[in-house]
Amino acid sequence: MSDPIIKIQNMNKWFGDFQVLKNINLEVEANKKIVVCGPSGSGKSTLIRCINRLEEHQEGDIIVDGNELSEKTKDIEKIRAEVGMVFQQFNLFPHLSILDNCTLAPIWVKKMPKKEAQELALDQLKKVQIDDQANKFPGQLSGGQQQRCAIARALCMQPKIMLFDEPTSALDPEMIKEVLDAMVSLAKGGMTMIVVTHEMGFAKEVADEVIFMDEGMIIEKADTKEFFANPKSDRTKLFLSQIL
Amino acid sequence: MQTFNFLKPNRSNIKNYSIIGSFLVLVSLIDVISNAFLKINLTSFLPGSITTLFPLITGLIGLNMMRIDYSGNKTLDLLNKNINTNNFNALLTLLILFSIIKALPQSLSWMIFDATISGDSKDACTGTGACWTYIKVWFRRFMYGMYPNEFHWRINTAFILVIAFGFVGYFMKENLKKYLALYYVIIYPVIAYLVIYYLISGGSFGLQWVETGAWGGLSLTFIVSFFCLIFCFPLGMIFALGRRSSLPAIKYISICYIEFWRGVPLITVLFMSSVMFPMFLPEDFFMDKLVRVIIAITLFEAAYCAEVIRGGLQSLPRGQYDAAKSLGMGYWKMHIFVILPQALKLVIPGIANTFLALVKDTPLIFVVGLAELAGMLALAKTNPKWLGFAMEGYIFASIIFWIICYAMSKYSYNLEAKYKTER
Repeated sequence: MSDPIIKIQNMNKWFGDFQVLKNINLEVEANKKIVVCGPSGSGKSTLIRCINRLEEHQEGDIIVDGNELSEKTKDIEKIRAEVGMVFQQFNLFPHLSILDNCTLAPIWVKKMPKKEAQELALDQLKKVQIDDQANKFPGQLSGGQQQRCAIARALCMQPKIMLFDEPTSALDPEMIKEVLDAMVSLAKGGMTMIVVTHEMGFAKEVADEVIFMDEGMIIEKADTKEFFANPKSDRTKLFLSQIL
Repeated sequence: MQTFNFLKPNRSNIKNYSIIGSFLVLVSLIDVISNAFLKINLTSFLPGSITTLFPLITGLIGLNMMRIDYSGNKTLDLLNKNINTNNFNALLTLLILFSIIKALPQSLSWMIFDATISGDSKDACTGTGACWTYIKVWFRRFMYGMYPNEFHWRINTAFILVIAFGFVGYFMKENLKKYLALYYVIIYPVIAYLVIYYLISGGSFGLQWVETGAWGGLSLTFIVSFFCLIFCFPLGMIFALGRRSSLPAIKYISICYIEFWRGVPLITVLFMSSVMFPMFLPEDFFMDKLVRVIIAITLFEAAYCAEVIRGGLQSLPRGQYDAAKSLGMGYWKMHIFVILPQALKLVIPGIANTFLALVKDTPLIFVVGLAELAGMLALAKTNPKWLGFAMEGYIFASIIFWIICYAMSKYSYNLEAKYKTER
């Protein structure tokens, strides 16, 4: 057993008076794929946003790749560069072409030469099958294509961990499949992934572990097969009966 | 309106109706035109009040006959949609048309047919029209102020040089493009300052010193507007970012700055800059009045720019910040590459608005004794030899200001169109 790449201990987070995350403990080992599910408002998104410090937590420790995240963390940018994130609303930069979206951060954050960055970007775009759209602008692409571009953009930073915040929730049913396909092939490549999603088919196919959250707490954490075959808590059973 | 139904066209008879209708409108226009230009009353055979109302009634009936929802004829449909949607709009259309026609002969004869432009003294202006001789004689003053006539080439050369350096960005090589912002924000203003200092002020290279008090006219308008525009934009950007900063010190300094300068009238700022400000300076420290005025206007307008830019920053979705952060970009990289390019594009109309206001505020520097175009007019109209021609001067100035401002707003539309592609 290697050291976990993400380690969260007794973490609590409040938005004002409202406690969003309650006593979260979580360890993720390298190359593992975790799916986080649960009803809306249960704190799933907030949890993974805390992992690259888009949200600050108030109590407890979050250790990512050996670096503790806190107010004192100086090189938060360095940690974020190693943690890729894909958002529900894609969040591509509308003023840049698809290719420039992918090369911006490698060139300016990683100081990669422009040529090299472009080759890398085209390579990543090819993997998600939109290399033929490289010179278009995000506004000209369909939702599924935009989300695949967002995945490629995150991968261009060559991250160690990938976070997915409901990547298919804003998509038409037809486009969900193309995005999930891209995520499955990424998972097969051995990336460490934490995926917040309602796509249980995806969870069954690739996840090593499934986490069920409700009201800011981790209710259940189990191996995928165990989770679907034999859920322990009643809340989980109810949730599964509703969405399966 | 039941009784007028026989005047309502339908798709089958629209052709005849529109011919009769346009004929009636034409008759009404001819009547007004002949009345205005030739002073002939074509309808004098009708009783008094009907004579006056005749064109209006004929025109209304004509437009009414042409009104149809959809005719298939492009011109007719366009006309109906825009100026002939109902009886009230038709009435307004006619009234506006008639008043323009009525006003044309007087203004045309004043501005052109009865105007004088020959001669070089007031005596040449004996007619009833405008006296453009006044503009002609004073033209150089209006352009260059009290700057000595034999040195006007220096101002022209300086302006050509400054414009030439401004175009450098268009011809810059691709690999130098990333320094473009640096060039326009820091290097270009310095170059422009040096050019204007050495050429227009002179004092070295064998050029005679001309103090800024002698500068004036349109060239001074340009100099003041140019420096204020080029400095107030980056300064405004800094304060806009500062006001959104998470560091309390920077945030509150920015808020204080913006609220202070937005709260005081420009005219008092100008007075302060020329009267109060030198009192606080050490005895041997000298700063030219023009420089002080430029600094004052820049600081003043920067506050407005800051608020306009802040509006753009606020309109960006939070996801853009998240995405940039998640890619490992720090504050500056995030703003330079992701946030500002989008925000600034959104605020082009607002910035253009602020800049136009700035150009039109420059005449206020007259209160501290600097006479740009409008200031020179004020001086010229009180010249004993040329009393009574204020009107011509103001018309001349407004035409010039309108040309400058229209060019600027056209340019801002072009910029908008240029950067519009993505959304």
